[in-house]
Amino acid sequence: MRQPFPFTAIVGQAAMKQAMVLTAIDPGIGGVLVFGDRGTGKSTAVRALAALLPEIEVVEGCPVNSARPQDVPDWAGAMTGAMVRRPTPVVDLPLGVTEDRVVGALDIERALTRGEKAFEPGLLARANRGYLYIDEVNLLEDHIVDLLLDVAQSGENVVEREGLSIRHPARFVLVGSGNPEEGELRPQLLDRFGLSVEVTSPRDIETRVEVMTRRDGYETDFDGFMAVWRVQDTALREAILTARAALKELKTPGVVLHDCAALCIALGSDGLRGELTLLRAARAQAAFEGAGAVTRAHLKSVAAAALSHRLRRDPLDEAGSGARVARTVAEVLP
Amino acid sequence: MDPLLPWERAELALAVLAICPAGVKGLWLRARAGPARDRVTAALSGLPLPLRRLHPGVDDTALYGGVDLAGTLASGHMVRATGILDRQAALVLTMAERAPAGLAARLARALDDPGFCLIALDEGTGDEALPSALTDRLGLFLDLEALGWSDTADIALDPARLAAARAAVVATPPGAVAQLTRVAMALGIASLRAPLLALTCARALAAWNGRAVVAEDDLQRAAELVLAHRGDLPEQAEEPDQEPPPPPDQDPGETEAEQPEAIDRIPDDILLEAVRAALPADLLAKLRAGRAARSARGAGSGAVTKGNRRGRPLPSRPGKPGSGLRIDLVTTLRAAAPWQGVRGRKAQGLAIRASDLRIKRFAETSDRLLIFAVDASGSSAMARLAETKGAVELLLAQAYSRRDHVALVSFRGTGAELMLPPTRSLVQTKRRLAGLPGGGGTPLAAGLKLAFEVAAQARARGMTPTVALLTDGRGNIALDGTPDRAQAEADAQRLARLLCATPALVIDTGNRPQPSLRVLAGLLDAPYLPLPRADAQRLSSVLAAALGD
Repeated sequence: MRQPFPFTAIVGQAAMKQAMVLTAIDPGIGGVLVFGDRGTGKSTAVRALAALLPEIEVVEGCPVNSARPQDVPDWAGAMTGAMVRRPTPVVDLPLGVTEDRVVGALDIERALTRGEKAFEPGLLARANRGYLYIDEVNLLEDHIVDLLLDVAQSGENVVEREGLSIRHPARFVLVGSGNPEEGELRPQLLDRFGLSVEVTSPRDIETRVEVMTRRDGYETDFDGFMAVWRVQDTALREAILTARAALKELKTPGVVLHDCAALCIALGSDGLRGELTLLRAARAQAAFEGAGAVTRAHLKSVAAAALSHRLRRDPLDEAGSGARVARTVAEVLP
Repeated sequence: MDPLLPWERAELALAVLAICPAGVKGLWLRARAGPARDRVTAALSGLPLPLRRLHPGVDDTALYGGVDLAGTLASGHMVRATGILDRQAALVLTMAERAPAGLAARLARALDDPGFCLIALDEGTGDEALPSALTDRLGLFLDLEALGWSDTADIALDPARLAAARAAVVATPPGAVAQLTRVAMALGIASLRAPLLALTCARALAAWNGRAVVAEDDLQRAAELVLAHRGDLPEQAEEPDQEPPPPPDQDPGETEAEQPEAIDRIPDDILLEAVRAALPADLLAKLRAGRAARSARGAGSGAVTKGNRRGRPLPSRPGKPGSGLRIDLVTTLRAAAPWQGVRGRKAQGLAIRASDLRIKRFAETSDRLLIFAVDASGSSAMARLAETKGAVELLLAQAYSRRDHVALVSFRGTGAELMLPPTRSLVQTKRRLAGLPGGGGTPLAAGLKLAFEVAAQARARGMTPTVALLTDGRGNIALDGTPDRAQAEADAQRLARLLCATPALVIDTGNRPQPSLRVLAGLLDAPYLPLPRADAQRLSSVLAAALGD
């Protein structure tokens, strides 16, 4: 397959790109939700991210991309134990997908032709240690959403059906995208996404022309275009790897923790997930910028993405919660 | 340059499609099945890609391929079926307006990869429409509805000219991209796909015309073919209003002498902001609870439907497992067991035939739909349309928290209009509600009829509809659009009898509660609530009495 449109060549949409880079640095942030109009580059960004991410080491043939031979689940059968490098998995979860496809099910074909009871892993197994991308997440059926929530929280997929009793690790970063005009997302699922960003079409001619020119360059002069942007993508990948390493050494002063708590109290966000995500995102941002310690500026730059979807929603408020977060940040963290 | 004639447009669009099908991504063809459409589809044979036909119910196995279960069982070794999307193709989707969101998402994904194009045959009428995931991606659009047989001709595309156009390398002048972008912005097109598709189309047109550089004409034609139909209509697509109906003055003995002149005074359309209205906090919850207690037909939250994926198990039935259908293994084995001797069972394994397969079924409860039928007539607008909007907003907030779908029907002038088809989007509902104009007569019967139709459609789609009627009850336009108070009332009551199978709620927004509306509520078997002026306490007690709890 042809290489997707390069991540760094996406014009504008800084908030979306920032959020995706932060989850690449620290997958523990817990996913990105991208809401916005059609044709604003949501799917392009996710597919570009797949190509941008550094490779991971996996046991050859392991259905859940295990990092060590001893982690391979016993139902997967014998492995050679050889390690191979793979691109970070980015698995598409299509709308209208059946539960069997998501969690895995009895391998009907083997059961009927060979009489063996075998497990056929689903999309959750394939997404382990990678990304699970749900386009039009707001149109996803409720029972699939419930299932995803459960697995995303526990990091483990438990299958108890058709005489099978199987569990395997399923740690993945959820990336959801959608158009709020077509339906909204349940608050429970909203809260599980670490970061949320809203994208809009650029409003000025120059930006739009730049988008068109780059896309057209990609379509018509693929080799020349990729030669320019592959360099930039590689530089970003290096920066992500450096930031990952720096994350462990990063200092978090007490005053920043205090700021986090103060901000969340002022916004009245439910639960403590807001503070925790805010801090993780700020740390990732600091590491990405190469700072030695987290500062208030890092906190400010990620506050909108980390908190705007966690506020008690007034269903009739049209201004959007992003504005509310920005106002509170300006008040609480001068 | 003159605009294209309709059939010239069709010919040009097909030429573009035949030159670079994967570039313009496809064609949205809005036409009923008929000879005119056949002439267009016949020309699709000129495409350089193989044609594959799909229908809206196509399942994942057919799309992506998979194990051919029947073939596997018959031959005893694994047989794989190839999928439609395995190879590059021009996909022809019939009855595209019925394509579910899931299929649209899969096709959109395929279109994002190079090498696919989609011809969506849209036979939709009225509110049925192609999913927006597809309309945004398909470059070309044709509407043949207005064309008769005599307006059309066979489309003959010269293969040699097509081949030359496909091979041609066309340069784009520096200003062309900016020009298309500006046109798209001027038309209010937010999506960035549209100008890109127009650019591809312009190149194809230049190649078709034997030019080495895209010319002004090509850009203009491309904008006509690709951009024109995407132009955003203003949210409030108001058709020019007919003259206001004559003041309904059939009964001189009416006590409301001020009403006819009120209609005269107010402008034809007035837009009113929603204001806060007094409604009890949990109206919908009470309605639901009251329903369940009152009648045997209201079974809890939603009606029970038979599904095959989730819910309470039902007995299995014979069938072929596929996407959405799960095999019931135990029953399948049980069905196969008695035949093993006859089938000459081998040393190991069972001899299972396709006819033994049983699939699981489940019963589940369906989604709820709340249909607001809002009276936006002159009498209502004068009196309390603003408060009515407030009341709908309150109910909306409740519906939102319950994850109900909502639809909005408004009636005024001489007829009713579906302002918003069933949706879960609060944003849209709020926007439509804010833009709801008032003025004209009160076609209560037409409003009921439309609400009834929406409810019937929703039920067919597996939802459980509830109608909330907000009116001041002075129906004065009969179903046929004539101002006749007596006929209007008879029509409304006739419809109410038909509607009574659907759970409903009647909210009287008049200044004085109307006895006739109470009768109507009785016929609808619905709770009747006069909306008091800022008297939540009283309304709450009325409600409690109406629902009997």
